[in-house]
Amino acid sequence: MTMTLAPVCDAQAPIARVNPVAKLAAVTAVSTTALIASDWLTPLVLLAALLAVVPFSGISIGALARRLRWLWFAAATVVVVNAVFAAEQTGRILIALGPLEIGTGALLDGTAIGLRVLVAATAGVLGFATTDPTDLADALTQQLRTPARFTLGALAALRLLPLLGAEWQQITNARRARGLEGGWNLVRRARLFASTMFALLVGAIRRAGRLAAAMDARGFDSAIPRTHAREQRMRLADWIVLAAALLVCGAAIGISAAYGVFTAFN
Amino acid sequence: MIPVEFRGFAWRHAGRRAQAVAGVDLRVEPGERVLLLGPSGSGKSTLLAALAGLLTEDSGEQDGDVLIDGKPAAEQRDRVGILFQDPETQLVMARSGDDVAFGLENQAAPRDRIWPRVHEALEAVGFPYGLDRPTHALSGGEQQRLALAGVLARRPDLILLDEPTANLDPEGAQDVREALRAALADTRATLIVVEHRVAEILDLVDRVIALGPGGTLLADGPAAAVLAEHGDHLAAQGVWVPGVPLPTRPPASPGDIALRGDALALVRPGADRPALDDVSFELRQGELLAVTGPNGSGKSTLALLAGGLARPTRGAATVPGEPRPLHKLPARRLATRVGSVFQDPEHQFVTASVRDELAFGPRQAGWPKDRIEARVAELLERLRLAPLANANPHTLSGGEARRLSVAGALAAAPGVLLLDEPTFGQDRRTWGELVDLTADIRDEGTALLAVTHDRDFAAALAGRELVLDHGRIAQERRR
Repeated sequence: MTMTLAPVCDAQAPIARVNPVAKLAAVTAVSTTALIASDWLTPLVLLAALLAVVPFSGISIGALARRLRWLWFAAATVVVVNAVFAAEQTGRILIALGPLEIGTGALLDGTAIGLRVLVAATAGVLGFATTDPTDLADALTQQLRTPARFTLGALAALRLLPLLGAEWQQITNARRARGLEGGWNLVRRARLFASTMFALLVGAIRRAGRLAAAMDARGFDSAIPRTHAREQRMRLADWIVLAAALLVCGAAIGISAAYGVFTAFN
Repeated sequence: MIPVEFRGFAWRHAGRRAQAVAGVDLRVEPGERVLLLGPSGSGKSTLLAALAGLLTEDSGEQDGDVLIDGKPAAEQRDRVGILFQDPETQLVMARSGDDVAFGLENQAAPRDRIWPRVHEALEAVGFPYGLDRPTHALSGGEQQRLALAGVLARRPDLILLDEPTANLDPEGAQDVREALRAALADTRATLIVVEHRVAEILDLVDRVIALGPGGTLLADGPAAAVLAEHGDHLAAQGVWVPGVPLPTRPPASPGDIALRGDALALVRPGADRPALDDVSFELRQGELLAVTGPNGSGKSTLALLAGGLARPTRGAATVPGEPRPLHKLPARRLATRVGSVFQDPEHQFVTASVRDELAFGPRQAGWPKDRIEARVAELLERLRLAPLANANPHTLSGGEARRLSVAGALAAAPGVLLLDEPTFGQDRRTWGELVDLTADIRDEGTALLAVTHDRDFAAALAGRELVLDHGRIAQERRR
């Protein structure tokens, strides 16, 4: 079990270099638009725009597809469930198998919901996969004035997270050596899982305590307002990215309205 | 350079009945370099935490004063730097340079002053990489040097070191000591070090203060004089005093084969080379085989495969009378064949009392009740755990927890016992107890394999030594 938290992209790619707060705002704008609009065309335009951005993100298509594979599956499930269990089947009936009936109207509605989920999630993955956690914490504390105690505390805890994977393995090995393992017995497995989790938590809490002491010993809890070694602020390029995101959202709604299919809050 | 003073200082941790230290009166002059010695339980770490201003009101009860330059330690946080044992939990940031900068940001240093001081501190400790080096990719010794740079960058007037090399392998510890030596030559700060391994740190200090239980003063003075006068007593208390000879327990001639490793190999997914490659060995009754080698040479992997805890990519580990390879045995059967003792004893504790911990293996193996009771009574007696029979394993001291983890692995009477760094970070007294315990187990006919960096431990007990390098056997030595 290994985990990495570093961004998966090329750090020098244009999107990776955008200010994290600008990216956060852009992702929020696109996701909100997709979730508010309830037709199928608005999210489709947004999805096309997101895919157009991918080459500038520094994430290889393969890596992105891997990160998104469960999401595509989830979106497809959303489409099917919503199409099959629609309140009423409208439009031309496409499939009629005894009690199972799917009309074009319901299929279109289901597709719209699936697309909306997909846009929100893809935008989120693009935003976070191209953002270094340190840069994000810097931007949050400097631009949005989030409390350093919370933001940097979370960042430091994030650094310890990969250790948990290794420790889980060690505890599991130690338990097997003592004669304890889950095997095929589900009850025993569940109990072993709970006790391993407990041992892991005890260790994690101890480590967190030591880390907090080390941070305070280096003045983290001092009353003086801290300075920032790395500057994060909105540059011209960041404003342009944000403006472009808002423009795309507006355009998506505009195109959909021009086709006469736009609906919202449904 | 600032003076440090304890005046009638006492501290009781919240939720404990006894005081960790009581009535400590000590004065350290400006610029002095002091080694603080004492057995575990003498409150050394409590004194350092008090100086670092880390004993907050809600964590316990204080009497007396801790003064740094005449003011309470809690108000002098900015002038004190402390380096702890565990490198992993001292680093805050993902990139090395950012981590050193962290302490300067907290000091409200302006940005244009931060980075020159980061560079200076990294240079002072001989940090071999650039600012962007990920902190998780560093070895323990490198992480500890980085943490030291983080302390130095804040330019403290008082530097506290709490067993700075205890969690490191010998090479890493050596690197950290060299970094300390170089860094201390550049500063006039007052220094207080806590360290069990005296010999390696002696040239850095000019005064030794030895504490007894509860922080009572045993001896105080120039290093050479204190060690000459009180060396034997301090060694008996658990301090690694240089020149006091260590016990050895040479092995008798070994018996029949108890475990066989046959062309063992393990390739971890995504790794560019095998963690272990084509390693064959035999382990005989009544012998201790030491497995040594640098970090990453495959020692711990060998212990996992020999203990049947991981599935080898190729090869197999077997014991006589058991047709299946060890990694295919069900756990409750495995525990009656091979016992494994890991570095962190707490990972192995699965019950809520010492007695249950010892009964656990035999119960899993389905022993009858009276046989289990006899076995538990015998182990409690032999490992001097009887007074603790009803204690919770997680409340034991380091040495007691180590003894219990060995006893637990032995309980179901396996013929083979595997030990991973059994003496890691132990004081001298616990070390001596472990040597005796291990020798007794060996001389009763158990086959032992010990993965260890500890040359003294191998010298005291091992009949043979297997030296690993890059996952292969580099050498096999007979002692």
